[in-house]
Amino acid sequence: MQANDPAIKWVEEPQLGLGGKMYLPMFVQGLTTTVKHLANSLSGKAVTVSYPDEEPEIANPLIYRGVHRLNKDAQGRVKCVACFLCATACPAHCIDIVGTESPWPDREKYPQSFVIDELRCIYCGMCEEACPVDAVELTSLYNLTGRSREEMIFDKEKLLSVYDATKDAEPMKSASLGGTV
Amino acid sequence: MIEALVKIAILLGGLMTAAAYFVLLERRMAAWIQDRVGPNRVGIPLTKIRVLGLGQPLADGVKFITKEEYTPAHVDKRLYVLAPIVILVAALATFAVIPFGSMIPATVFGYRLAEKPIELVVAPGANVGMIYVFALSSIAVYGVILGGWASNNKYSFLGALRSSAQLIAYELPLGLGLLGVVLASGSMDLGVIIGSQASSGIWFAIAQPLGFCVFVVAAFAEAARLPFDLPECEQELVGGYHTEYSGIKLLLFLVAEFLHMIAASFLIVILFLGGWHFWGLTGGSAEIDGWGLAWSGAPWLQGLLRIVVLMTKITLVIVGFMIIRWSWPRFRFDQLMALAWKVMLPLGLINFVAVAMMQQLQAVFTGAMGPSWLMVPIAWGVAVAAWLGITWAAPMIADNRPRRELDPWEIDSQI
Repeated sequence: MQANDPAIKWVEEPQLGLGGKMYLPMFVQGLTTTVKHLANSLSGKAVTVSYPDEEPEIANPLIYRGVHRLNKDAQGRVKCVACFLCATACPAHCIDIVGTESPWPDREKYPQSFVIDELRCIYCGMCEEACPVDAVELTSLYNLTGRSREEMIFDKEKLLSVYDATKDAEPMKSASLGGTV
Repeated sequence: MIEALVKIAILLGGLMTAAAYFVLLERRMAAWIQDRVGPNRVGIPLTKIRVLGLGQPLADGVKFITKEEYTPAHVDKRLYVLAPIVILVAALATFAVIPFGSMIPATVFGYRLAEKPIELVVAPGANVGMIYVFALSSIAVYGVILGGWASNNKYSFLGALRSSAQLIAYELPLGLGLLGVVLASGSMDLGVIIGSQASSGIWFAIAQPLGFCVFVVAAFAEAARLPFDLPECEQELVGGYHTEYSGIKLLLFLVAEFLHMIAASFLIVILFLGGWHFWGLTGGSAEIDGWGLAWSGAPWLQGLLRIVVLMTKITLVIVGFMIIRWSWPRFRFDQLMALAWKVMLPLGLINFVAVAMMQQLQAVFTGAMGPSWLMVPIAWGVAVAAWLGITWAAPMIADNRPRRELDPWEIDSQI
């Protein structure tokens, strides 16, 4: 293709204005921005959180995706109906459910065991999206640590205990979002 | 002899400490400008006390020294070892003629230090001071080129080549900016140049604004600071000429770089911002005279005040270096060359001619040399006119793209 080919679309560079040609006004403009940020930081408005010394402020705990919990219903029973939708939706395959026949009359199945491998989990929140009864939810607990791999595999009891620990600070999302009970 | 050794010891110790702490300052400044906090954890070793991160330079030094010092197999061993030494020696030797204060009186608290007042410069009265500085700054380029060449790596070598082209290009405006000062003060001795600004009370930044602009831009380029850090731009050249270096050798390169910046700020302050002089604070005479009062003050206090003024100015200039680093994107290489040859060189020449003419006119009409308030408005007029002229000529804007109205063969002939 040659330079005078009619198929070429010629794009013109934007022309520099007087300020750009004189250089100095633009320079002062850039310097002002920098100094503004400098002054902001020096007056203590840096965005950095010195983590172990101070806890980060989570803007909205309801949409934060941290450690999972298994919700309980009004009678203190696990809400899960062992439908496997979360395990199916999970892209990391970190949810393992063993369902059996439910001892309660209001549902057919319940999870005999419900295990989430927190090390495999990518905290995408798909399980929460998929759950038809709002049983599995992600809390705003972000500082999840453990000393062994086994410790990081959360079983049903542990997930329920996360619910007990966080239910006051973070009420069940279903209630505020108009979901199932 | 002992006096010189003591001064060398103070200078070396001071410079190395200053370089280390300026690295910390640079990192903190970078952090603040980017709305971060920066390194503030390291405090007193073996305790849990944090003092604003002031222990960081020590930790950095220990890290550099204890790191594996790896010599790649493909390098030219002798030059590879020589390069950081050359660059550091050249950077340190520059400071031999640079005054770090005015002088301290011979007698302090009744204790006689020396026969004469002690001038605070390692080689006092070196009347070729500026030539010496220039010669050594060129040798620093030699270190960079040696580093790039010895590394036997195309990125390093490209960095070194860029560095040599850039430094040769910017030596000219640097020299032209300096020439105006030398013409007006009549000496190459840095002490005399400060004295001429102090006695008249007119800093050369006020008397020769155009020369100041040219010199500052060229000094940035000589120190290879942003926006002129093409020799080592990480995005294009990995690390530039020190890509293949590690451990203590890399440390030497980095320290030398900071020393270049410190030397550049010393020169800017001494040549254009009045050195140790400040109106109504330090007195105007080069001698320590107790502010010229009949009551001869406390001469040592005056000497100390001059050191403080000089160091404050230098710190402010270095802080300016650091702020500008984060305000300005790096130049493209052709823009860098265009700026040197098409903008800074003409501006420097205009400044040089204007200063020469003004000095001559002043000599004819008033019979006095040196800066004078009469010439200040003229100089500013010349500066504004020259700046507008360069704006109008717009030499930085060069459209080298093939044009559609040209036939291909014409374009070929243009290339």
